[in-house]
Amino acid sequence: MLKLSQYQEAIGGVNCTPELDPAEIVIDGGYACDMLSDVMGSAKAGQAWITIMKHLNTIAVASLTGIPAIVFAKGNTPDPSVVEKATVEGICLLSSELDTFSLAGTLYALLNR
Amino acid sequence: MQDFAAVRSEMGEFWNIRSGLEESVKGFFSAPPEADVVLESLIPEKDFNTAGKGSAEVKNLLKRLGVDPEVLRRVAVAAYEAEINVAAHSRGGMMDSYIHSDLIHVVFRDKGPGIADIAQAMVPGFSTADDMVREMGFGAGLGLPNIQKNADALHITSSAGGSTVLEFLIYFANNER
Repeated sequence: MLKLSQYQEAIGGVNCTPELDPAEIVIDGGYACDMLSDVMGSAKAGQAWITIMKHLNTIAVASLTGIPAIVFAKGNTPDPSVVEKATVEGICLLSSELDTFSLAGTLYALLNR
Repeated sequence: MQDFAAVRSEMGEFWNIRSGLEESVKGFFSAPPEADVVLESLIPEKDFNTAGKGSAEVKNLLKRLGVDPEVLRRVAVAAYEAEINVAAHSRGGMMDSYIHSDLIHVVFRDKGPGIADIAQAMVPGFSTADDMVREMGFGAGLGLPNIQKNADALHITSSAGGSTVLEFLIYFANNER
C-alpha cells in the first residue's frame, strides 16, 4: 500500500487534477499498458495505471476498472475535457517526464520496499 | 431475389455459457421473464465519446442497487467492450439493458455490416480494426474474448452483410469464483 503522493514525489509528477489530493489516494499495485482492452481485462481496482494514452476513453476504462490514478509517461498531458471528466470520476491524473519503464520500476520498488 | 436458404446457411451463431449455468441460462432464454428495469442507449458509428455512456449508466444503477463490486466490474467491462465494438466496427446500433432481480441481460443490435466468421473474431489477437481505432488503444483483438471472460453467457448471431446481435447475461451472484 502506498500513498499516491509518495509516488508522485518519486517520479516528479505533476498533478493534472488539482481538485483531487494524491495524499488521500492509496494504491496497492500498478499496471503498465497502452492497449485499453488489455487494461480492462487484466488491471485490478486500486492499481495505478501507467500509459501514454491520454484521450477521453482512458478515463472511461479507468472508471470501469476501478483504477484510482493514471500516470501519463513521457510528459504527456491530457486535454482540459479529459481532466474535467477525470475530476468528476475522482480519478487522479499525474504527468511525469519519465518513460513507462522507469515509472513502472519506481512504483515496483516503492511497493516492495 | 435472394435465396433465403443460402442466406440462412451463411448465418453464424456463437454461444458460450459458463460451466454449471447451462440449465439456468437455457431456462432464461427459452422464456425470458419481464425485466424490472430497462435502459436504452444509442451507439453512433465511430463516436468513441458517446460509446461508454450506456455502460456507465448501467454501472451506476447496479451500484445503487448494491450489486457486488466484482460483478459490477464484469458487467461494466463486458458492456463497454461491446459498446466500443459497435462504435468501431458497425454503422452504429443500440444497447438495451434488461435488469432483473438476479441478473442483467444486455443486448447490442447494430446496423451491419456483420461478422463474416464469428469463430475467427473470437480468437484473442484477431482484429479488423482500422488505424484510427488502433491509435486510440483499441483494436488489439481482445474485445470479444474480454466479453466472453466476464459474461456468464454470451450469444452472438451475425452474417456477412447483415447486422450483428450480441447479448450477454451476468448473474449478480458471483459465479466467477
